[in-house]
Amino acid sequence: MKRRSVLRLGAAALAAPAIIPGRAFANDPIRIGAVAPKTGPLAGGAAVSHWPNIALWSSQVNERGGLNVGGTMRPVEIIEYDDQTNPGETIRAVERLANQDNVDFILAPYGTGLNIAAAPLMDRFGYPQITSTCITDQVVDLSGQFSNMFFLLGGATGLAEGIVSVLAGMRDAGQIGGNVAMVNVADAFGIELAAAGRPALEAAGFNLVYDSSYPLGTQDLSPVMRGAKDAAPDAFIGFSYPPDTFGLTEQAQIEELEVGAFYTAVGASFPAYAGRFGPAVNNILGAGGVNATSEAFQAYAAAHTEVAGQAPDFWASAMMYASLQILEAAIETVGADREAVSAHLKETTFDTVNGPVTFDEHNNNPEYWTVGQWQDGLFRGVASTGREGAVDAVVKDGWT
Amino acid sequence: MYIIITGLLLGGSYALIAMGLNLQYGVARIMNLANGEMLVAGGFVAFWLYTTAELSPFLSIFLLAPVVFALNWLIYRIMLLPLVRRAKTRGQLEVDSILATFGLSFVAVGLMLAVFGGDYFSYSYLARSVPIAGDTFALNRVSAFIGAAILCGLVYLWLNRSRVGLSLRAVAVAPESARLVGIDVAQRSALAFGLGGAITAMGGALVSSYLTLDASTGVIFTLKALIVVIMGGVGDVRGTIVAALMLGILETFVATVIDPGLTLAAAYGLFILILLFRPQGLFGRASA
Repeated sequence: MKRRSVLRLGAAALAAPAIIPGRAFANDPIRIGAVAPKTGPLAGGAAVSHWPNIALWSSQVNERGGLNVGGTMRPVEIIEYDDQTNPGETIRAVERLANQDNVDFILAPYGTGLNIAAAPLMDRFGYPQITSTCITDQVVDLSGQFSNMFFLLGGATGLAEGIVSVLAGMRDAGQIGGNVAMVNVADAFGIELAAAGRPALEAAGFNLVYDSSYPLGTQDLSPVMRGAKDAAPDAFIGFSYPPDTFGLTEQAQIEELEVGAFYTAVGASFPAYAGRFGPAVNNILGAGGVNATSEAFQAYAAAHTEVAGQAPDFWASAMMYASLQILEAAIETVGADREAVSAHLKETTFDTVNGPVTFDEHNNNPEYWTVGQWQDGLFRGVASTGREGAVDAVVKDGWT
Repeated sequence: MYIIITGLLLGGSYALIAMGLNLQYGVARIMNLANGEMLVAGGFVAFWLYTTAELSPFLSIFLLAPVVFALNWLIYRIMLLPLVRRAKTRGQLEVDSILATFGLSFVAVGLMLAVFGGDYFSYSYLARSVPIAGDTFALNRVSAFIGAAILCGLVYLWLNRSRVGLSLRAVAVAPESARLVGIDVAQRSALAFGLGGAITAMGGALVSSYLTLDASTGVIFTLKALIVVIMGGVGDVRGTIVAALMLGILETFVATVIDPGLTLAAAYGLFILILLFRPQGLFGRASA
């Protein structure tokens, strides 16, 4: 006990010079909290789409001297917490960032569930929450309840309808038939997308010949793929998460599933996916997408690779970076004032790596990519709700 | 036929995952909750060797085994032996070792994050189909199954035919009496713990050829291994193998005939049935 209080005194003495008034206030950093999984089931996705962008953005900002807040250049200081993919930990970390670390801003957490878990606290403490990985159809409810919560990546229905419209286009062009096999991971994301996909497929006149779900973390997907293959579909839809996105694709390759359109959801846009399947990845469809050949994305990807040592994925990575660009622009315009930043977000169009972003009356970005496709080494957007640069979807021809 | 073969292939993976834990728990009496992390680490090394040096995972296990054996041996000598010495009863040792290895699992996850990063790692190895009995199966799964069969066979033979194996079985059955007949229990336990770790890591290298892993996936494998070991009976290699194959066939049967969504429910249902009617496990001895 005694030793601890001595230590505390010592720490206070060391910290004291920093709080003497008038000393170097010009370079006071803007403190920004970040909480997302570094361990747990979502850590793999966060390591691809979330964390590298924070490192990239903070290094870029600090390299040019910091954020320009009312004429003074203030560097950014990132305080990171691992929430272990546990909503309870996310909430605790937000509380800690707000009360103990006294950060100026908190970046939105990673994933749909963790963002929704953090929303009430973020709202209570008045932090704007610019989500870039929160896919939900509850946008209207959520933004009605939490007026500082913003949504960039789109909704479940939009994503599901996106792939259905791509398939419908291919069918109407005579490229594929009307039989579809659909599987989903039995987790919030997969269930919500499958629920949105079923009526959309029916409305588009497709025949659902196989419809099944499997538990998260299933180690052997061969019975699933086998069932799909036996139904002899013309197109395959898998509303899947990264480990099973890889598993379904490998199993389809082994079973030589002959479909003109093969779609898996989260993970299909990851560089590791292309790395694993090599040329077989060509013409695989997946959730998301970017305008991969645009100058803005190319420059971003190059900087990402240089700073983070890995390429960004072709969907959420760029959106995460866009959320940081939006925060940066807002702070530079109205200062490090949370309320003013939230108000500014609602009334401005921001220039981002994904093109201009304007939030609608429900704090939602209405223009997002829904489907991408691997074409010649790039995962290119083929369908969106209003983004520029979409290319035509191509029929998949075999697995080699 | 398809169900049986697919189920056997899946069961083979489960046997690989659980075999190491069975040795560690059965002989060394350490309920090692960091078992899954050792498996993931093995997978990492296999991935790394394959992507940098194009070394087949079936060869990298030979590099992996001695290193991981030494590592686990050290973990036992340094970290776990004091717990063994301190424990007055078997129950106390179990509680202590669960807590200690639970902590160890966090350290292992942290180390792997620091060394390999949190990204998914997966590679394509032998992802071709082989025809067996009129159906097609994944070559990497079939090869891993053969690997598992050889590994389990060797462990079984070694435990039942060699002098060291005999002493290990003696320690598993009665550690106190084993000491009376001149067996160095601490030394044998360290051997079993190291060997268990090495087998787990080799299993990790083999399953990494068809599963996508990341630094945090270890706990899934720990749970599966735990179920298999408890179902099969602690300290009995045959039990582990039979339980693993049963689980594999049951899950495949449910997934194929009923619904893939019910595989977990079926697996845990079987687990509960066995706990209810044979709490000591399929091949376990009733505790005295």
